Amino acid sequence: MKFLSEYRDQKAAEQLAQAIRKRVTRPWTIMEICGGQTHTIVKSGLEDLLPREITLVHGPGCPVCVTPIELIDKAVAIAARPEVIFCSFGDMLRVPGSSKSLFDVKAEGADVRIVYSPLDALKLAKTNPERQVVFFAVGFETTAPANAMAAWQADHDHVENFSLLISHVLVPPAMEALLSSENCVVQGFLAAGHVCTVMGYEEYLPIAARYNVPIVVTGFEPLDLLEGILMTVTQLEEGRHEVENQYSRAVRREGNRPAQRRIAEVFEIIPRQWRGLGEIPASGFQLRGRFKKHDANLRFPSSGEPAGSETKKDSSECIAGLILQGIKKPHDCPAFAVKCTPENPLGAPMVSSEGACAAYYHYGRRQTHDVHIELPSPASR
Amino acid sequence: MADGKPTTFTLSCPVPRVADDRIVLAHGGGGRLTHQLIEKIFLPAFSNAALDQRHDGAVLPLDGLTIGSRLAFTTDSFVVRPLIFPGGNIGDLAVNGTVNDLAMCGARPLYLSAGFILEEGLEMETLRTVVKSMQEAAANAGVKLVTGDTKVVDKGKGDGIFINTSGIGVVESRTGLINGFERARLQPRHEGHGLTNGFEGAQLQSLHQGPDLTNGFERVRLQPRHQEPTTTGALAPDGGPAIGPASVQPGDAVIISGDLGRHGIAILSVREGLAFESPILSDTASVWPAVEALLHAGIEVHCLRDLTRGGLATTLNEIAGDRNICIKLEEALIPVDEVVQGACEILGLDPLYVANEGRFAVFVPEAQANAALYVLKKFAVSEGSVRVGKVEETPGRTVVLQSRIGGNRVVDMLSGEQLPRIC
Repeated sequence: MKFLSEYRDQKAAEQLAQAIRKRVTRPWTIMEICGGQTHTIVKSGLEDLLPREITLVHGPGCPVCVTPIELIDKAVAIAARPEVIFCSFGDMLRVPGSSKSLFDVKAEGADVRIVYSPLDALKLAKTNPERQVVFFAVGFETTAPANAMAAWQADHDHVENFSLLISHVLVPPAMEALLSSENCVVQGFLAAGHVCTVMGYEEYLPIAARYNVPIVVTGFEPLDLLEGILMTVTQLEEGRHEVENQYSRAVRREGNRPAQRRIAEVFEIIPRQWRGLGEIPASGFQLRGRFKKHDANLRFPSSGEPAGSETKKDSSECIAGLILQGIKKPHDCPAFAVKCTPENPLGAPMVSSEGACAAYYHYGRRQTHDVHIELPSPASR
Repeated sequence: MADGKPTTFTLSCPVPRVADDRIVLAHGGGGRLTHQLIEKIFLPAFSNAALDQRHDGAVLPLDGLTIGSRLAFTTDSFVVRPLIFPGGNIGDLAVNGTVNDLAMCGARPLYLSAGFILEEGLEMETLRTVVKSMQEAAANAGVKLVTGDTKVVDKGKGDGIFINTSGIGVVESRTGLINGFERARLQPRHEGHGLTNGFEGAQLQSLHQGPDLTNGFERVRLQPRHQEPTTTGALAPDGGPAIGPASVQPGDAVIISGDLGRHGIAILSVREGLAFESPILSDTASVWPAVEALLHAGIEVHCLRDLTRGGLATTLNEIAGDRNICIKLEEALIPVDEVVQGACEILGLDPLYVANEGRFAVFVPEAQANAALYVLKKFAVSEGSVRVGKVEETPGRTVVLQSRIGGNRVVDMLSGEQLPRIC
């Protein structure tokens, strides 16, 4: 397929892999941020092409995975209300809350629908004025413009029966949280290409400088990832720590300004809970000002199971935090594929197909590379 | 026909109209309207001696069966939304689906039953369209629809039309075979299979016509298994292993009969309102002619499986799991139409898991792969046949795919439906 097959070409992949092998003189640990990239890496068996010295660790960039269990419970409770049509992207439906998933309430009779765009949900609201239509607005900066647009349009067209249940998270604060951890093993980042399509990459410049870490904005096809890895390794070997753009066919330095303006108009930045990582300051979006009337959290305040001891927390056996920080690999976890499966996930990375554990589970990657925890800590980088 | 299948049927008499334009509950009540429905829609479409008896069941002749022949029996229910989709409708799906299930047993499809559950308010025109498609599909596949039933459920309790079809086919016996080759009775039914001059001669002739097949054929002849009459295949005597997962073994080649994902994407494109430059049509079709030719060509077919729900990945996982073997695939060999691939990319789906309705996988000994491909490619329904992988002993219960860029990964069974991803 035009514009796809070129990026999956075996010869070119082998050439890039050779270039990486030539460049590498010592072990390096590189994190790809985005779950989509993790998905490509395991699906294409890309690690088979890399030299032993390169360890890829899989970052927290799966929006489904990092959505807190309390918010899933809230979604389930809202969806169960008879007046509600609950709309969501497909992969949120299977995610288990404390006791139920959206699929479960759907089976019990709730009106839960898969949509491909929040604007489709808005359309539903217009055609069903007697119902409350709620869209589960989950995602990173990538989906923020469309969600912002839906809220803006609802406000503009006075669609009072439309609201958004928001769980929006941001990449740069999560990277900083990882880098400032004492245990951080990550020496270079592949930044998420599509996030940067919207936001540009200027906000990564201070991170690269402060933590002495190369950041390469990278695409999602196998050749994109190999080239991103080559650029990161080259920087590491040369002792550089800059922000570079591998994904220049989609990403500009300043990003998509009109999209950013719409985001800034509709959303404000707030601290957010990340499943597996805990609360990270200034790491998420919430509706601001006049758009708050479309906030499902405010519209259905009493929905959801009570927080506290009743709520099921992620299992203590789960090492999601270590996996999301790149300190451990999924198969280092004793519960992996034994007690913890996509049907019964104990923690965040097993939840969606883009989570590291679920990707390993589905594509059965065997451990070919060890995590080099003996490598330099951030202080010595 | 669009897929070029040989057909003996021409539609000369259109299905007549009944007065009502919608299904009402009384159509299923057993009274006058039920009779009208049967008389005016079902009987004219499917007329045959057994059905025309209008008895409680069909009493069927089994002419031509020899001692050692066995019956294959299968059932399937069809629920699809929308009822009419690009390339087909629930009617041809219901006939082809069951015909293909029989074909996968190595059985010649003979008779079908059809149970209709209609929803009150269904437009009669839709029912007519569906019945007409069933009529055509049955004629194409050479099966007779010999018994049926209709029920009507309240509005809102069904999805327009549900259809169940059951099918009976015959797995022909090896009786009358000489060294695995047929003498008389199993003469090919269709002209144009290239097998018209009696079996062995035809096989020699056709194989020698094919590119690179001389060696393939020599190896075939030298295979001791091939000459051993007690091995595999639908033609094996009672008690012997039949065509099925149990006969798959290391050393088998895996062939698929064409490109993947057309049916699933055709349905999704309508459901999700996706428009493509060139519309994707469902691949729904009877595959029996191709299977019949394979069996008659003396190919030692170990297993046949249609690639319906769950697609290629699920089917192969089932076989790898049952047999404790490893199936190795090469991604670059697996054909997927460009538009289907594009739709999958947009929707975040993997074509390996998308449903097909006219595609099947064939397991044959590696040495016979070329011969099998040569036979399959002669039929429109399987002209895109291609060898996509092989069976190995280890690691057991695993399907491994070598990706386009040369890495390996496991192709797992999905825990549920594929779900469109967020980003």
